[in-house]
Amino acid sequence: MSGITRWLLPGFTGLVIAFLFAPIVVMIAFSFNDPAGHQNITWQGFTLDNYLTIWNRSDITDPMVTSLTIAVLSTVVATALGTMVALSLTRYEFHGRGILNLLIFIPMTAPEIILGASLLTLWVAMGFARGLPTILVAHIMFNISYVVVTVRARLIGFNRSLEEAGMDLYATESTTFWKVTFPLIFPGILAAGLLAFALSIDDYVITLFSAGHTVTFPLWVYGASRIGIPPEVNALGTIFFGIAFVFIIVQVWAQRQAGRGQQGAEAPIAPVASR
Amino acid sequence: MNRAGRRLVPYLLLLPGTAWLLLFFAVPMAFMLVMSLQEGSLSAGYHLTWNWGIYPEVAKEYGNLFVRSVGYALATTLLTIAIGFPMAYTIAFYGGRLKNALVLVVIMPFFVSFVIRTLNWRMILSDNGLVFGTLKDAGILEQSFRFLATPASVIFGLTYNFLPFMVLPLYVALEKIDRRLIEAGTDLYASRAQAFWRITFPLALPGVVAGSLLTFIPAVGDFINADIIGARSPEVAMVGNVIQRLFLSVNDFPAAAALGFVLVAATMLLVGVYTRLVGTDRLTS
Repeated sequence: MSGITRWLLPGFTGLVIAFLFAPIVVMIAFSFNDPAGHQNITWQGFTLDNYLTIWNRSDITDPMVTSLTIAVLSTVVATALGTMVALSLTRYEFHGRGILNLLIFIPMTAPEIILGASLLTLWVAMGFARGLPTILVAHIMFNISYVVVTVRARLIGFNRSLEEAGMDLYATESTTFWKVTFPLIFPGILAAGLLAFALSIDDYVITLFSAGHTVTFPLWVYGASRIGIPPEVNALGTIFFGIAFVFIIVQVWAQRQAGRGQQGAEAPIAPVASR
Repeated sequence: MNRAGRRLVPYLLLLPGTAWLLLFFAVPMAFMLVMSLQEGSLSAGYHLTWNWGIYPEVAKEYGNLFVRSVGYALATTLLTIAIGFPMAYTIAFYGGRLKNALVLVVIMPFFVSFVIRTLNWRMILSDNGLVFGTLKDAGILEQSFRFLATPASVIFGLTYNFLPFMVLPLYVALEKIDRRLIEAGTDLYASRAQAFWRITFPLALPGVVAGSLLTFIPAVGDFINADIIGARSPEVAMVGNVIQRLFLSVNDFPAAAALGFVLVAATMLLVGVYTRLVGTDRLTS
């Protein structure tokens, strides 16, 4: 073992992790700050007010409700549509399958601003008023590809002989699907749904172009932070981070339980909640 | 189900999802191209005049922004490789039982909204903020020193925000390398450096390629980092900032659409050349 592998690499990795967490640590610290005025850039004193006042301020809660509504609806629709596409692409032979496998990737390779801006030209050209429905359409659009790719990864490693066994035992096609196939691919569908939800609730760029006068949570944060960061923003960020943290711990624990004695269990890579 | 019905199943499964993508991804792209060739104003309406002249016009006016955006995105990609590779390598080769936990630790900060993270960086790096304020008070930096609104600050923000998109594919590629190949190399008297550059690195190349694409594409079209950490300085504005401004503030739709179309075409071209150079088979593996 040379010094490089023993000290340098772990040390470097530790530093990078510190770098990754730096804004998170500051966010959590300043969520307890009691700012004089609206600037919130120097430490003034400890308070819990930022956590308590959020719920009485409709300028904050309304965008949160809007964001949650959009995230839930777009996740449900995109996960359903994307799973169907993934099933079709992995389990059937048909004309154009190869090219479609590639085409489904293209929305993921376009810069976000292009997805947003091109949709805006559609809304303008068709004379559609922008608002919650147009945001929803946009979110479903960018989520479908991610769902297809995630579910397809699960389906590719799928052992078809399990279904054949079901059919041999006189299960009908739909019984086989719901009793054998669906439970087996469900972890993939769940992962895809979580990814879609995370992408939707955090989206700023694409939403901006389809929003009109509707304000989602990221749009509100952006607008409210022209000069400084309102402490409530950091309080909400801390709450979200806490939820994600607990969620990850539970997920890791569940996988530990499920994966006991089973080598090579999948990495519990929860969705990267950001773009 | 009868046989004809059975043949329809894959198409029926495909239909809603692909129709959605066609209507709200492909069709808008066509609308954007058409929009770029129109003349008029938002209030008076637009008319298609096949005004191809808009393209040389925006190229002349915003060409430097394209060069700058590509430069920033390239710098970001190289920096994320330089930072992400040693990190992914350490986790994959020396992570042991902590591997999965470490990967989670890497992505955990990204559960906080992109906008909130970037805003907090602006605060940390502000002129009298936690970092530079302290250095100024200690007399290490000039009082006039400014990091925000410099090219370095925008590249810093981009690197931070897109680092996981590099680390994850690198980790996946490095993690599945068969260690016996490296042992075989060292058994045959390769030095550790030789074994790394001739075995490990080539095998990790698919991760480098995937990571580069996942970093470069969003970085080249980004406008949030230039807006927040770049403090809206025109000196560090990227193409995305202009597209956003022309579409949403100035309402010069044709010019904005033309810029958008050039950005998409340029990105696809770069990606095409890059994947051709390194081989597409590496991407799909």
